[in-house]
Amino acid sequence: MSRDAMLLVEALRDPASTRGLDADGWTALIAMARAEQLIGTLAHRLQCESVPSKVAEILADARINAEHQRRSALWEADCAVRALADYDGKVVLLKGTAYVAAGLQAGEGRHIGDLDIMVAREDLPQVEKLLLEKGGWEWVKEDVYDDAYYRDHMHELPPLIHKDRDRMIDVHHTILPLTAGPRPDAVAMLAEARNVDAEKAVSAEPVEVREAVLDRASTGSALTGDMCVLSPTDMVIHCAAHLFADGDLAGGLRNLWDMHCLLTEFSERDESFWAMLQTRAQYHQLWPAVHRGARLAHELYRTEIPKEWQNWNSHDKWYIRRLTARDAWGRPTRKITRLIFYIRSHLLRMPPMMLARHLFTKWRKGSRKT
Amino acid sequence: MDEFRVQVGPAAFRIGSRWRQPIARLASLYADYPKPDIPDFTVRLDAPSLLRRFVRRSVAIDGDFMLPDAVPLPFDQALLAAEMGMNLQMALGWRRHLLLHASAVERGGRVLIMTGASGSGKSTLSALLGQNGWRFMGDEFVLLDLESGAATPFPRLISLKNEAIAAMQAAAPDAVFGPLMQATPKGDIMHMVPPSAAIARMTESAPPALLLFPRFGHLVAVREVAPGETFMRMTQASTNYVALGEAGFRAMTRFVREVPARAIDYPSGEEAVALVERLWERLT
Repeated sequence: MSRDAMLLVEALRDPASTRGLDADGWTALIAMARAEQLIGTLAHRLQCESVPSKVAEILADARINAEHQRRSALWEADCAVRALADYDGKVVLLKGTAYVAAGLQAGEGRHIGDLDIMVAREDLPQVEKLLLEKGGWEWVKEDVYDDAYYRDHMHELPPLIHKDRDRMIDVHHTILPLTAGPRPDAVAMLAEARNVDAEKAVSAEPVEVREAVLDRASTGSALTGDMCVLSPTDMVIHCAAHLFADGDLAGGLRNLWDMHCLLTEFSERDESFWAMLQTRAQYHQLWPAVHRGARLAHELYRTEIPKEWQNWNSHDKWYIRRLTARDAWGRPTRKITRLIFYIRSHLLRMPPMMLARHLFTKWRKGSRKT
Repeated sequence: MDEFRVQVGPAAFRIGSRWRQPIARLASLYADYPKPDIPDFTVRLDAPSLLRRFVRRSVAIDGDFMLPDAVPLPFDQALLAAEMGMNLQMALGWRRHLLLHASAVERGGRVLIMTGASGSGKSTLSALLGQNGWRFMGDEFVLLDLESGAATPFPRLISLKNEAIAAMQAAAPDAVFGPLMQATPKGDIMHMVPPSAAIARMTESAPPALLLFPRFGHLVAVREVAPGETFMRMTQASTNYVALGEAGFRAMTRFVREVPARAIDYPSGEEAVALVERLWERLT
């Protein structure tokens, strides 16, 4: 039986590697893929493989589910854009919703939870007002400290949830907390963001839906015409920032798969992509994160990256230990490694003294509640 | 982890447990069910913390599909935890059929489906009918085939609650029962092994012929339910209707068009069985 999630990594990288799996191997692979929210991606990757009939049924379920998530994600984005019809600035879709809206390979089979959008920081009051008053979203929890903390230090508003649809929206104004070390240029990211190609967003829909949507798009009434996504380089940079400069690598295998798909697709389209990516990442102070993401994607998923990017870093093995910390039951393993990355994520987010103050406030509030 | 596998209808489960005892109980109650080699779902019963492994032991329900803030159960309710874990996998993960939160029995190649909120008596009624000449198909989920509309059985252990426990022990003295679990979040609970025919024929599906919305605790009354109302109530009773998209809509509209529906009130199990028989006869 497999020791860790390398089993899942290999199946994603090379679908033919699953041909040697026995019943226990498949059982472990499916449990790991579900735990890492990669079952839809796996189902997509194994589409052309012949698999045991039970596995085929499980993967078919996962495809139905991924299709449902894609549809709901685009619907949420559509709702947000319609609520923001009176807002003149760009509304930029981020992460999973952006990948499916732009018809990118990273969106194929991908799990999508909340809707993430980005707008200009100075426009937050207007956007917030429109979402609350016209869109039907409301605050998840009203807590004065949390609210102030988000507004003063974070890269997004406190989360909003939709009254009827029960779906969350995160409104970002940049891609990293304001207290983090790197200071990416959000204004430049917004300036380079581009409209979604309506054709691509609906390419997976049945023909009659496609025509209806494109018809609406051409008359300028909402949907994809008003949605933007980040430029290719900024999209990769956001993906890497999310993975390595913010958070404890939970769900990291999925984010690294995003990275693999984005790098592969963009570099195939444009040979100069690598050079542009490096320049842009340096400009946003996120070259270390992008470089690490490319190295790890190369190491785990065999992403083709430039030779001069392939210099192995001695810390990378710890990242791999963390990323693959999953057992055959789908349970998280390697508690100490996880804890170290958890502590690291907080230190990345804010300076130590500020972290101490923040944790103290949180702890006091927690102990008052119980 | 100690491991137990079981196939219920078309769904295969792997249940892992931190402790041996819940696995032994599951294995004895599910002794006559097939054991799959590749499961559809994994359920994990584990301690919520290291301390709770040993002191005031409690069981957290975990698995492929989870709810974010599920409350752990006391150790002696581990069987209930396993049942809830299995239900959760079906409710959140199953996409091969339109899943209805309902009970079902079959006779003469046609299926009677009963649905309603917890406490409506749908589970007890299906168990009672299962002792009275009907084939028991399931007390929790009915699976409708997306192409043919046929109902597929899901005959897991019958979950009896409160007064239904004594009623079924009287009605089915030869049946196998699990331990009594008192004061669970759902009241007193005891599991009952379905009749052997229900297990032996658990892959046999059949077309639905009648839908009932039973309500326990009222004088006998029958009301016809129009397809529009049935549709609205059944979308509420299905956990995967939305996720199935167009296929779910087609299966649901077909179901409400083809299957007559009645809301029935009943004061006791006996009268309910008699009432069901009357309605069923009128149908044929």
